[in-house]
Amino acid sequence: MARPETNPDPAPPFLEVRSLTKYYPITKGFRRRVTGLVKAVDDVSFSIREGETMGLVGESGCGKTTTARCVLRALEPTGGQILFQTADSGTVDLAPLSRRELRPLRRQMQMIFQDPFGSLNPRMNLFDIVGEPLLVNGMPNRKERQERVAELLGLVGLRPEYMQRFPHAFSGGQRQRIGIARALALNPRLVVADEPVSALDVSVQAQVLNLLLELQERLGLTYLFVAHDLSVVKHICDHVAVMYVGKLVETADTKTLFYSPKHPYTASLLSAVPIPDPRLRSEGIELSGEVPSPANPPPGCYFHPRCAYAIDVCKTQSPLLRQVSPGHFVSCHRAGELPLQGIVT
Amino acid sequence: MSDLTLGPEVAQTLPEPVWKEIVAAFARNRLAVVGLGILLIVAFVALAAPLLAPYDPYKVKLGEQFLNPSWNHPIGTDMFGRDVFSRILYGTRISLLIGLVPTLISMTIGVILGLVSGYFGRRVDFLIMMLADMVLSFPSLLLAMIVMYTLGASLLNIFIALSAVGWAGTARVVRAQTLALKNKEFIEASRAIGTKDIAIMLKHILPNCLPQLLVLFTLNIPDSILSEASLSFLGIGAQPPAASWGLMVAGGREFLFNAPWVAIAPGIAILITVLAFNFLGDGLRDALDPYLKS
Repeated sequence: MARPETNPDPAPPFLEVRSLTKYYPITKGFRRRVTGLVKAVDDVSFSIREGETMGLVGESGCGKTTTARCVLRALEPTGGQILFQTADSGTVDLAPLSRRELRPLRRQMQMIFQDPFGSLNPRMNLFDIVGEPLLVNGMPNRKERQERVAELLGLVGLRPEYMQRFPHAFSGGQRQRIGIARALALNPRLVVADEPVSALDVSVQAQVLNLLLELQERLGLTYLFVAHDLSVVKHICDHVAVMYVGKLVETADTKTLFYSPKHPYTASLLSAVPIPDPRLRSEGIELSGEVPSPANPPPGCYFHPRCAYAIDVCKTQSPLLRQVSPGHFVSCHRAGELPLQGIVT
Repeated sequence: MSDLTLGPEVAQTLPEPVWKEIVAAFARNRLAVVGLGILLIVAFVALAAPLLAPYDPYKVKLGEQFLNPSWNHPIGTDMFGRDVFSRILYGTRISLLIGLVPTLISMTIGVILGLVSGYFGRRVDFLIMMLADMVLSFPSLLLAMIVMYTLGASLLNIFIALSAVGWAGTARVVRAQTLALKNKEFIEASRAIGTKDIAIMLKHILPNCLPQLLVLFTLNIPDSILSEASLSFLGIGAQPPAASWGLMVAGGREFLFNAPWVAIAPGIAILITVLAFNFLGDGLRDALDPYLKS
């Protein structure tokens, strides 16, 4: 009698990104000679399990949005694989697919946008905005669409009677709910949220985040959540990946990453999170210098010019992503030997 | 869900519809309202010309040439004894027709080419814009004259000539607007849904160009009217005995000292109509301006 193999993670990941790269050529002159490459996303790998939330964090310009858009194939990746578990449980690599081949898969993955003002057509009413995905994907019957739109509006906490109104009549938070309703119209399984709350007031942020969490529970959604606000990430994400100048520097489950970061960059990001307790003084790590340009990154570890712990090897050799504990990957030569502090509370 | 169904952020009072504000802003502009009023009168005259005109505008009456303005002939008669007032009333028909039809045709062409150019970009854009620049770099009257000389003088050919000249400006405006819109997130959202390019252009981009197009429309009409008048004046537009204002100015200019009304009256009619369109266009632009920017 053979014992079944004990595998801690038997199901293949819902979404697996392998060595994703996105380069933009820098051209010069009339003949558009390529003189350099902007490595917006450079060899990024991560995976998400079904029903979980992956947070992608980093400073502006670090490539997190580009990564998210490549995953959705709104952008053409330069290289790498994007393995997606489709509804009929086959795995498809999204990276090389053409626009036409992508169309049937589109409904399984949708996006929530950062700017609640730019993401809704000002000349369409809510019925047309939320109903558009239904119309495009084969629901020509107006009555049916009306019912579904009413249902979706209810789902995101808006009154169905608002259907005839135009976006300008709504506040930022309400608009973001409209955007969420539109994203959910086709029953997607993967939702990419690109900074969905960073344009909102703090009080409204919490409402929208709770809505997202609730929808995830009710509809079994998987989120790829792009953010720069770590307190938001801590609230909503199961796993976090930290990016710096197009590269992944650390990834782990949220708890591990927040309590025991292994990369000095992660630690400095964490030290910038405000602590809502006046008696605790955080010992902020202030980074000096600027984020290097992805067109002209420094040699070795991209972070070494700003790193307090940099040694000689950091200046010459680019560190590889290595596992320091199960599920915790860091790309730092000195990972594990540094006295880094996470979130105190 | 209960605490989410109606959060405190749900606005109790919603702002008035935008068009009400636009109408109010338009109404505050007196010149624009006057322009609109004049144009309504002109349109009425054009429709009701046979009822309003005291005489047949084409009937030649020998022995009644160059009558001074009087109760019988409010603006006198011309060199063929035709009643100038009646001819001016009938002239509104040609002028409005010339104002509207070529403008509609040229703007339709301009909208299509502008959308395609801005949306697809690259080589298509380069070609269309090169063509537009060529048209724009030519004096438009000269270009229209070339077309008219080649095709011959007729009303239909005036339509063709003015359309061939007029599309480039519209194409440029629509292209610029398309470029500004096509990277908006709602376009990307629509693409992510799987909407086809044509549907994106017609449903998302075109409606957002409408305020600009409305202004452009009211400002293009007087251009067309003036071009027709110029072409007719030069003898390659409307042909005698048509009651065209441009033609009437041309015919009357020889008698400017003996019977000034024959040339001046249709000139004033052109002036008033064109000014009215310009006032309307300016008023619309000002009223829509804050919405054009957003």
